[in-house]
This record gives sequence, C-alpha cells and structure tokens, in this order.
Amino acid sequence: MDLIIPTISQGLLWSLLAIGVYITFRVLDIADLTVEGSFPLGAAVAAACMLGGMNPVLAIFVAAFAGMLAGVVTGFLCTKLKIPALLAGILTMIALYSVNLHVMGKANLSLLQVDTVFTLYSIPDVTLGNMVLVIGAAVVVFTGVLCYWFFGTEIGASIRATGCNPHMIRANGINTDITVILGLLISNALVAVSGALVAQANGFADVGMGVGTIVIGLASVIIGEVLFGTRSFKNCLISVILGSIVYRAVIAVVLQMGMPPNDLKLFTAILVAAALSMPLCQAKLKKRKVAE
Amino acid sequence: MLNIENIKKTFNPGTITEKVALRGVSLHLKPGDFVTVIGGNGAGKSTLMNAIAGTFKVDAGKIVIDGKDITKLPEHKRAKYIGRVFQDPMMGTAANMQIEENLAIASRRGQFPTLRWSAPEAQRAYFREQLKPLNLGLEDRLESKVGLLSGGQRQALTLLMATMVEPKLLLLDEHTAALDPKTAAQVLELTNSIVNSRKLTTLMITHNMRDALSCGNRLIMLHEGRILIDVSGEEKKSLTIKDLLAMFEKAAGSELNSDALLLS
Ligand SMILES: Nc1ncnc2c1ncn2[C@@H]1O[C@H](COP(=O)(O)OP(=O)(O)O)[C@@H](O)[C@H]1O
Ligand SMILES: [Mg+2]
Repeated sequence: MDLIIPTISQGLLWSLLAIGVYITFRVLDIADLTVEGSFPLGAAVAAACMLGGMNPVLAIFVAAFAGMLAGVVTGFLCTKLKIPALLAGILTMIALYSVNLHVMGKANLSLLQVDTVFTLYSIPDVTLGNMVLVIGAAVVVFTGVLCYWFFGTEIGASIRATGCNPHMIRANGINTDITVILGLLISNALVAVSGALVAQANGFADVGMGVGTIVIGLASVIIGEVLFGTRSFKNCLISVILGSIVYRAVIAVVLQMGMPPNDLKLFTAILVAAALSMPLCQAKLKKRKVAE
Repeated sequence: MLNIENIKKTFNPGTITEKVALRGVSLHLKPGDFVTVIGGNGAGKSTLMNAIAGTFKVDAGKIVIDGKDITKLPEHKRAKYIGRVFQDPMMGTAANMQIEENLAIASRRGQFPTLRWSAPEAQRAYFREQLKPLNLGLEDRLESKVGLLSGGQRQALTLLMATMVEPKLLLLDEHTAALDPKTAAQVLELTNSIVNSRKLTTLMITHNMRDALSCGNRLIMLHEGRILIDVSGEEKKSLTIKDLLAMFEKAAGSELNSDALLLS
C-alpha cells in the first residue's frame, strides 16, 4: 500500500523521458539512442551545479540546455554528415559517457548534503515523498501542455510532418535537416530534465544510470499507447505519461512478487520485444483465421 | 516562365551502374504553357522533373524560373516556386495528420514556419470552400486523418495542396498512373480544370498518349535523355497517335515499340 505514492512519483519523473522517446521514436520516426547518454547527462550536470552551490531549479534548466546540445550533436551527425540515425545516437551516447565523467569528476555524486527542488520549498504537513509527487505532477502537467502547444504550432507541425513524410514537407518548403535537429533537441532536453529530477529525488547522480533508459522509454510509450489510445496528439501525450506510471507499477508488482532486481532489465527488454512484435503476431493470427 | 539550358545528369558516375539520364535538355516555357511529357520507360522524364524540383543537383546547365536562377538552390527553397504531385499517392500528403493540418502546411508553402497555431479555426471556412469543387465530400471531413483516404482522394488533395499557393510552375509526374481508370479520369479532369482556369504553367508527365494529346497546348517526347519531339499550338491540336509514332521513327531512326511508350 505504502508503495503507491513513490510508484506514481517515479512514474511522473520518468514520464519526461518517455515523452522524449515518444518524440523521436513516434513523431520523428527515429530510434534515438542518445537518451542513454543524455539522461545521465542531465543528472550529472544538475548534480555538479547543485554541489557548486547553484539553485536546484536553475540546475534543471542548465541540465535541459546540456540535453539540447546532446540532441543537436546527434542531429548534426545524422543530417549534415549523413550518418544513419541509430549509429549517430550510439556515437553521441558513447561520447557522453566520457563527458558525464568529466562533469561529475567521478562516477557517482551524492546529493544528500544539498537542497533539491523537493526539499527547497517544504510545505508544512507534507512529507518529502508527497513533495516528489506534487512537484512531479506539476512539472509533468506543465511539460505536457507546453508540448501540446508547441507541436500544434507551424514549426511543431513541420516536425510532425517530417517524421510522417519528409518528401511532402520538403515539397512544401521546409528544411528537413532543421526539423530533425529541432526534434532531437527537444527530445533530449526533456530526457535530461528527467535525469536531473530523478537524481534529485533519489539523492544521487551516477554515470551508469542511463543504461537501459531507451528500453524503459519505449516500454512506457508502448504500454501507454496500447492501454490509453493514440487518437490524437493530445491523447498520445497523456497515454505516454500514464504509460510511464503503469510501467513503474508493473515493476513494483513484479519486485513484490519476488523477482530479483538484477533481472529487471531482462524483464523490461522482453516486455518491449513482445509489445513491438504484437502487430506482426496479430496480423499472422488474422491471416490464419481468414484461412480457416 | 521556365528556362532550362542544356542540363545534364549522370547517376553513379564512374561506377558500373553509371547511367546517363539527361544528355543536355533545353526547354523554354511561356507563362501559362501546359506541356505534356511522354517517353518510354527510363527516358528521363522523372529525372527531368526531379532536376527542376531540386531532388538532386544537375551536373551541368542552368534552370531559371521567372527570372530567378534556381540551379543551386536546395529542394526546400525551390518549393516557393514549384508545386508538385507525385506518382505515388502516398508521397504528397502526411498520412498521420488530419486533412486540415495537411492543407494548413500547403497554405504556407515557401513561408518560414512560425510559432503561430498551425491549423487555426479561422482557416476552416477557406479550406472547406477549396475542397468543395473536388466533389469528394472532403469538406465535411477536415479532421479525418489523410491515411484514411483512397489513392484518388489523396491525389486530388495533393493537387489542391500543390496549387493552393499559386506555383510559378506545376510539376505532375504520372500523377494518375497508380489509380484505377475511372479515378484516373476524374483526377485528370480536375487537373485540367485547375490548370486551365488559373492558367498555371505546367509540366505533366503521362504514360497515356491519348491524355498527352488531349491535354495542354504543347507536347514533348523524351528519348534516352533528350527531347526528341516538341510540338505545340495548332500542330499539336491536329496530332494523332499515328502521327506521333511516325514522327518518332523519323527522329530516332528506329521503329518505336509502341508498347514501351504506351505502357511504361
Ligand atoms: N536515383 C537514381 N539513381 C540511379 N539511377 C537512376 C536514378 N533515378 C533514375 N535513374 C535512371 O535514370 C534513367 C531515367 O530514369 P527516369 O527519369 O526515372 O525515367 P522515366 O522516364 O521512366 O521517368 C533510368 O535508366 C533510371 O534507371
Ligand atoms: Mg518516371
């Protein structure tokens, strides 16, 4: 019972990662592995800033800016240098491993001695755990509304059209190199903010905390889409956020049922593989039924 | 309106798959010219159109639209001057987006996108009025995803999108070839009505000789990367398929495999 609040809180903080993955994987139609580096980048930058005395809110904005740079690097590699997007993301991700170590100075930074966004503005009678929930919800609602607005603007619509049909949008005068870079920039900024928030909530930043984040993001996107629908862009955004929370709940349940934590990544990978192969399996089943 | 001077294009130069697609093509269109383009498979028709649209850079020569040299401009910067409809009905529209979102993008062709709302309510009446003449009932389905439309509906929509902002040049690359005969005839009729009523300068590739003869005021035939036949005005009006085949034999010095021309 007492796991509900932390589960929802974690789901909210990680949902920014899920939105970032949604923007690249679904909107731009690119599997962007940069997230594995930009998530810990956000954590590392925010942690280093805070330990240097910066306000934790400001530290999140600096983390977002770092994430943008990471996205631009991947975008530059895949548009201007024509490196396949998957490889471009891997290159940035590997490079960021070294960058993150430089930023932190070592592999792990503890944030227990400094104020975080969750401890800075304590409200009487509200526990730290509930603060994470409240602030997480506020940040997610703000980000969701911002994304909905942006992707409804002329620039945002150009980015969506780029992922859907680059020929069409070029024929209408849009430079698809720019829209791809812009999409990657926004995605990785959100992922870095997610990393910064998770680090602040958990009290540390670790150079290895990015491992598997792409799969977690995909799991959230797919779970959300299956359970909550994809009718419109607004619907998709809400689905992805809820998907992230459901994913955390599933993890909490399987851990409660006695699954060793070391098997979590294996479990998530199988979950995503199963979900991604579902359309194919459904088509096969349908064919068989028709044949009968 | 369009001046093409001796453009050349070779694909994969210096490799075993080297292919000379354009061997020096020059073409001058007056404002309002509606030119049909025919030629066998691999004659270079699509390559000519893609060269004008900027899908790739030509190896030599010059392309000028309405006095502006666009030879070195990237594809997206030429979009300001050029409207395009492709052979593949999937190519001209964004399937995951609504009809009105597609129209909104087309209504800004060649403009820099801003942070204004992309498909404002205020434009709806205008979109409905534009869709009505298509007679497809799309004016009542502004919020439907384009992916739900049939190939013919999508081509009609693409044609509308390509001409919504008046293009200095309209490029149609076998835009009815993927449709069933009845739908193809409807889309062709729509094409004629839009092009003729607004006097749009147009290049239309077709694999159908009858359409090539009945539409437009000028006809060119490409063969092995060159313009072989170029007829216009009264001469074109009285032209028959038989005349065309005879002209080809004379010009190319070989007998035309009319199947190749008709079916390609
Ligand atoms: N992108 C490309 N790469 C290599 N060869 C090409 C390419 N595009 C066209 N070609 C070749 O150039 C020739 C002309 O093609 P195209 O212009 O498409 O002919 P069509 O008149 O049938 O439209 C063909 O031999 C074709 O194989
Ligand atoms: Mg062709």
